[in-house]
Order: sequence, then C-alpha cells, then structure tokens
Amino acid sequence: MNKKTKKGLLDNFMTYGIVILAWVIVQVLIGTGNITNQMKGLLVPLCVYVILAVSLNLVVGISGELSLGHAGFMCVGAFAGAFFTKVSADTIPSLQVRFVIAILIGAVVAGVFGILIGIPVLRLRGDYLAIVTLAFGEIIKNILNIVYIGVDETGIKFALEKKSNLGLSESGQCIIEGAKGIAKTPKASTFTAGIILVLLTLFIVQNLIRSRSGRAIMAIRDNRIAAESIGLNITKYKLMAFSISAALAGVAGVLYAHNLASLAAEKFDYNMSILILVYVVLGGIGNISGSIIAAVVLTMLPELLRGLNDYRMLIYAIVLIVMMILNASPGAIAARERLMERFRKKKEAV
Amino acid sequence: MNMLEVKHLSIAFGGLKAVDDFTVEIEKGRLYGLIGPNGAGKTTVFNLLTGVYKPDSGKIILDGQDITGKSTIGINMAGIARTFQNIRLFRDLSVLDNVKAGLHNHYQYSTIEGILRLPRYFKMEKAMNERVMELLKVFDLESEYDTKASNLPYGKQRKLEIARAMATEPKLLLLDEPAAGMNPNETAELMETIRFVRDHFDMTILLIEHDMKLVSGICERLTVLNFGQVLTQGETSEVLNDRRVITAYLGE
Repeated sequence: MNKKTKKGLLDNFMTYGIVILAWVIVQVLIGTGNITNQMKGLLVPLCVYVILAVSLNLVVGISGELSLGHAGFMCVGAFAGAFFTKVSADTIPSLQVRFVIAILIGAVVAGVFGILIGIPVLRLRGDYLAIVTLAFGEIIKNILNIVYIGVDETGIKFALEKKSNLGLSESGQCIIEGAKGIAKTPKASTFTAGIILVLLTLFIVQNLIRSRSGRAIMAIRDNRIAAESIGLNITKYKLMAFSISAALAGVAGVLYAHNLASLAAEKFDYNMSILILVYVVLGGIGNISGSIIAAVVLTMLPELLRGLNDYRMLIYAIVLIVMMILNASPGAIAARERLMERFRKKKEAV
Repeated sequence: MNMLEVKHLSIAFGGLKAVDDFTVEIEKGRLYGLIGPNGAGKTTVFNLLTGVYKPDSGKIILDGQDITGKSTIGINMAGIARTFQNIRLFRDLSVLDNVKAGLHNHYQYSTIEGILRLPRYFKMEKAMNERVMELLKVFDLESEYDTKASNLPYGKQRKLEIARAMATEPKLLLLDEPAAGMNPNETAELMETIRFVRDHFDMTILLIEHDMKLVSGICERLTVLNFGQVLTQGETSEVLNDRRVITAYLGE
C-alpha cells in the first residue's frame, strides 16, 4: 500500500524535477550567452503550450471527452487578463502585481465560461460533444472579433460592431478594439513566471488525479453506468474536470497575451485547438508528462531545424509520425513496457 | 422484517409490458433468486429497482423507506448496490481504486483539500485504503490490489465487481447473473463467496441466475418471471419442481 502511494509521489516529484531542471539549464544557457534570440523568444510560448496541453489532457485523457474548443477558453482568459492590466495601469503601478491579479482574473473568467459552456455541452457524448465544443470555440473567437470595450471618466463602456458605438468622451480610451483586439499589451510574461505557472498547473492536475474527485472523474470515464450505480454524480465531476481545464487554459491565455505586442482574437481559432490536441494525442492520452514532452519537442522543432530550411516541414511531419507510432502502436507499447520492466528489475537487483 | 417490499411494479416500453404487476417481499438476510426464461424481464426488474427506469406504477420500499422514483444515485445512497450481467468495471483503474471509488460517498473530503493535500486528505485516504484492503481480503483479491482491473482473470473481475458494490455499504445487494460465463470450478467458488458475503455482512441478496446448480445450491426462495409476470414464488425446491416452471423453460 505504502509502496504504491510512494510510487505516485515519486512520479509527481520526477515531473516537477524535470521542469525545474529545464529552467536551470535555460538560465545557465542565457547566463553564458549560448542561446539564440529566436530560441529566447520561444521560451514563454513553450510554457503556454505546456500548460494548454496538460490542461486539455485533463478533459481528453482523464475525463475522456474530446474537446476541440480549448483555444476558446484560452482566448477568454487572454482578453480578460490583458484588459485588466491595461485598465488598472493607473491605479496599480507595479506591473508584476497587475500581472498576478490578471492571471487570477483570467483563470476565474475562463473557469466560469467553462461551467457555462460545460452545462449544455456535457449532455452530449463522443463526436457530438467534440463538434459542439469546436463550435463554441469559434463562437467565442467571433464574438470577441466584434466587441468594443472602452473606458472614460464615466466608467467602462461596452458596444458591438463599431468603435463609434461606444460613445467615449474625448479623454476616453478604447481598450478592446474589435478585430484589432488589444493593442500594446504590457510585456509582463517572463520564462520564470511561465515555469512557475507550469509547476502550478502540474500541481493542480496531478493532485486532482490522485484525489477522491480525480478517481470519480476517471471512474466515470471508464464506465458511466457503473459509476452511477455506486453513487457518483456524473454531471458534477464532468463539469469539474471541464471547468478546471478551462481555468488553466485561461491562465495560459493570460501568459500568452502578456508576451505579445498586441492581442487579436484571430489567433485563437480552431487551428490552435487542434494544435493543443496534437500535443495531447502525441504525448499519450491521459499521460501528463507525455503532454509536456510533446509540447516542448513540437514547439522547439521548427526552430531547431531552421538551419535545414528546405527540409524543415518534412522532418516535422516525420517526427509526428514516429511519435504517433511509438505512442499508439500495440507493438511499440509492448516493447516499451518490456524495456521498463527490465529497467525496474535491474534497479531492484541493485 | 422485510428488507425489500415491491408492490405491483409495472413498466411498459411502447406496447410491450416488460414488467407487469411484479410483487415480491424479501426478508432481511435472505438469499433470494429471480429466475425465468430469456426475455422474461429479470434485468428490467433490476433496472427498476436501481432507478435506471422509472416505473409506470407500483411501489418499491427498502427497509421501510419508499424509494420509488428516486435517481440511481439516490437509490444507491438509500442502500441498494448492484453488479451487472456484462461486467462493468473501471477498466483502467487499479483493483484498489475500483473499490475506493465505491467508498466515494462514505469517506468525504473536498476537491480543494485533495488538491492542496491538507491533513484531511491523508487521513481519509489512509482510512479508505484500510477499508478497501479489508474488503479485498474477504474476496481474496488483496494480493492483486495494484493490478489494472481489465488485467484480472474473468472470475476475479466478477468478484471485484461484488467487492465494489459492497464498498457502498448497501442494505440490499443485487447480482445480475454472477455466474455467467464461468466454468464449474469458478461457479462453485462464487457460490462460496456469495454465501460468505451474506453471512459475514448479514447482507440481503437478490440474484438473477440461469445456472440452476447455483440457484438450487444457494437460493432460499425464488420468484419465477415469465413474459414480465410472476409465474410463481416460494421455497426453492417447491418452485423448481413446479410443472408451470418447467413448462416455461422447456415448453410443453
């Protein structure tokens, strides 16, 4: 018994350890000047994608529902967070403080959206659920494309379609400007902040999985009817997984928004949702550390291969296929398990 | 005292009366059998008792409490647990976690406490582990606690399903064809287990079964269903020798 819980704890600490190790290596590389500018520019997006992949894995892998609208929640979080940092620029001078509050706001707003969208969507199953989440993701993006929000001395104003509909006074400032989005978001995201948020995400997701609620979520995934027969509340736990995942996507969105010069809803389309899903599927559905590895490798790869310009996309595609085979083919899984078994035995012998 | 009283229970699917005026009384601590030819409505009775279907008419009273029309979850909380004809385990969870899921409503701590690993989390998880191991010992599964449920041999999967149902601390246990697909040795072992569960937990058990050896071996009383209606009920030996029962199974 104790052995098992200890093994679980060890797995958790391994993941944290690897993330911290990655941070140390990067810090050393930056310190010694051994890192290209392109690489440096990728560090924050890397953290964003890792958080997104881990949080989507909570829905797809742990809760077992295929969601194709993850970018929608990221979008909501990004806009909510960036709006706050812009609005409160005068009242709270410290950018760091504003950034921390923005992250909390992004998480809460995205989490609330997760609940609101989850209530109707989680009545569906399988393909239907996937299609509807895809639609909701697009709806969020398209609504934010026509929303105008501004502030003047009378308070926050809200309008659709045209900037002039806002009726701002002379000194007023339009913050969310429809398709143009939010211009000049303060650049508050750093690699260290990103790593802290990655660790926080891992902490929440891994501890959730190994708790009473996580067990209920996985039980419902494995057999809905049996789960109901032993008294598990299906709606509650499905919704819990969905909204926690959405909140974490919101956090990723805030981090993403504060890394760009300007933020437009355009970027959060279904391509982004599919990209996140690719990380989850390639890393192994339900496998948290797999999601991290897949997100890191696939984000770094195009940059690492810049030298081989002509063959870049070819190699990217080959890596995708190889990872797919290694993760999904029964033969490869069996071989991997044999290898792990031998490794374990050797360790026990020592 | 009666643990379960079912009065005039009926349900129709379209024009088909799947269960028609089903009445039964089961005393506390009884091992009761529900038999009948294929399509007689036995599993439908189970689905009515556990709230999967809502009855068109009739009453279900468990231990003096009216549970008619309650949700599946509500009925489980009131004290009915079941197993399924086609085994329904949480395939990718370990044996330990399967049974732990059954303890869900008895050992509570909030999600926040779970995520932040507050002291209550450790206390409750420890208590759960101890309780699960006790149960697993009863079903002779304790050495396999770390095995994935889907990797267990068939007979043990059946036992695990019963263990999981018992974890919800029911007053009445419903077993839907527990011996289906088992060889004679496994069936004999299962009979022992069922009898042991009844004696050890002082459990009331209602089971559906086609294996007449099991039925005549452990059931004290029987109800025979045919075309949704009660054909006869009474002591096992009497019922099994009833001409009408033999006719229902074998034809004229």
